[in-house]
Amino acid sequence: MAANASTFKRLFASDLGYSFRQSPVAMTSFVLLVFLMLTAFLAPWISPQDPHDLKQLFIDKAELPPIWAKDGEWPFILGTDPQGRDVLSAILYGTRISLIIGLAAVAVSMTVGVAIGLMAGFFGGWIDNLLMRIGDTVLSIPTLLVAILVSAIFRGLLPPAMRDPFAAIILVLAIALTGWVQYARTVRASTMVERRKEYVLAARIIGVSPARVMRKHILPNTLTPVMVAATLNLGLAILSEATLSFLGVGMPITQPSLGTLIRIGNQYLFSGSWWLVVFPALHLGLIVLAVNLLGDWLRDALNPKLR
Amino acid sequence: MLAFLVKRLLNAVGVMLAVAFLAFMIFRFVGDPVELMLNEQASQAQRDELRMRLGLDRSFFVQFGTFVFNAMRGDFGISYRNQQEVFTLIVERFPATFELVLVATFLSLAIGIPLGVYSAIRRESLGAQAIQFISVLGVSLPSFALGILFILLFSVTLQWLPAFGRGETVALGWWTTGLLTPSGRLALILPGLTLSLFQITLVMRLVRAEMLETMRTEFIRFARARGLPDGSIHFRHALRNCLMPVITVTGLQIGNLIAFALVTETVFQWPGMGLLFVQAVTFVDIPVMAAYLIIVSFIFVTLNTLVDLTYALVDPRLRQDALAGGAHGR
Repeated sequence: MAANASTFKRLFASDLGYSFRQSPVAMTSFVLLVFLMLTAFLAPWISPQDPHDLKQLFIDKAELPPIWAKDGEWPFILGTDPQGRDVLSAILYGTRISLIIGLAAVAVSMTVGVAIGLMAGFFGGWIDNLLMRIGDTVLSIPTLLVAILVSAIFRGLLPPAMRDPFAAIILVLAIALTGWVQYARTVRASTMVERRKEYVLAARIIGVSPARVMRKHILPNTLTPVMVAATLNLGLAILSEATLSFLGVGMPITQPSLGTLIRIGNQYLFSGSWWLVVFPALHLGLIVLAVNLLGDWLRDALNPKLR
Repeated sequence: MLAFLVKRLLNAVGVMLAVAFLAFMIFRFVGDPVELMLNEQASQAQRDELRMRLGLDRSFFVQFGTFVFNAMRGDFGISYRNQQEVFTLIVERFPATFELVLVATFLSLAIGIPLGVYSAIRRESLGAQAIQFISVLGVSLPSFALGILFILLFSVTLQWLPAFGRGETVALGWWTTGLLTPSGRLALILPGLTLSLFQITLVMRLVRAEMLETMRTEFIRFARARGLPDGSIHFRHALRNCLMPVITVTGLQIGNLIAFALVTETVFQWPGMGLLFVQAVTFVDIPVMAAYLIIVSFIFVTLNTLVDLTYALVDPRLRQDALAGGAHGR
């Protein structure tokens, strides 16, 4: 715990910490993001209802409007859906799923991308050529198309009963499969610069293995752009997940993410129940906005040209 | 120059072969085509007969070769779902998607360029900062959610614009257009705006960055020294220098817009090839999926290659780089 506190103090006193305290946008979006994440991950304890538990649904309270409208009722602050499900609870649970998939997709694509970038930059030659060619090919098809196809292929390969339990994993893979290229390119570029420097040569001369040189010596010096890319990609990953779920190749109705909720709400667009689609959409926009503002700030704060 | 040309073309062919291979793998291994095409009562003899007719008993490489050869002639087989020729299905839907993408591209330039110029020359003003903020907001709200909110506001509440479909269309030969009828034009507004929103922010940011750069150059200072009016400096001198990258990005983005149109088309039930693809994915209609993948990738790769070649034609430095062996540094 003491180590953690001192890390925090170091971070607070660093250039980055200073820049953070100088930027109202960064602080606001950070607080907002923490709040949204906390409410999402604490959903089972704070939400008025468990939207997945059929026994807790109020059939007699179906399709209530939000609380400030004429027929609104406590505690259904944002109204209910046609099954008597509380919209706020569904949003909190859905946000949890969206965030988990987004974070996992970024983690997978970052790990894979950094590893590939390190290898390509360190070894060069045909390994570099092969890996970067694969990356070029992945990027020469529109990313949305790749994600939909990967998702469709996996679903096609699995028997129908297995599709729903594996939906989240399929989504993570589908998003990560296109996401890794960007990390690989940035890490490769900085690795090619770093590997010619003297400390790397020194480490190699005293017999440190290539794997260890890459991990312990080069990797820490390539991570700054990776951090920026990861933050901005979290927003993109959440959007991709929502888009795939909206198109019907993502999370099933039994475990709805924010995208699934919007897909369901879309069916009631013309029946007047606008709250079923507006609130999940705005919540999704708010999360991605907070992530994007934070990412933009981080990019500028870490850019030496702008200091 | 010739070496560069050949290299880029080979690269494009390589990517297309990789895409074709992916499409073939989907076609061949996701679900058994024979099981999908016949009903459950079919006898073993019928299965074998169909397997032979589809050429599924031959070796893997022969099958892939046939697949590529057929695809080049526009023969993508028969749709599992409605038993029509896949190529005809997609070609019928192409005009709808193309017009949508055209309108979105037009909107992105017509709205993005003025906003970009404004936020560059009045950098500190409240208006420019508002535009910046709205542009971040615009990329944070996914296009499908935006489309739904548009429908809710303009179709359901205000009832100004239609919420789905193309309106009335006019047939010009095999091409159908919605641009010639009032209802067709009205129907284009919401989907066009939804699709272009991301593009508008992209053009705007690009124009702003380029303008800020150009405004610092010597020739602008000289224009000021000559006492030219602001309007002339901004639009006749500065903006003109910014347009080349804008045109490039617009060209490159058309492929992405075609792909992204599938989301917009789903929201607005727009009868384009994107909607066809999404329906094909839901029904596991593999020939349609494979054909759509190949056609969209073809458009995408062709545009990228053309832009690269044009650049090399205009900028001799790139040719030197290419000869030195660094053509893929993009």
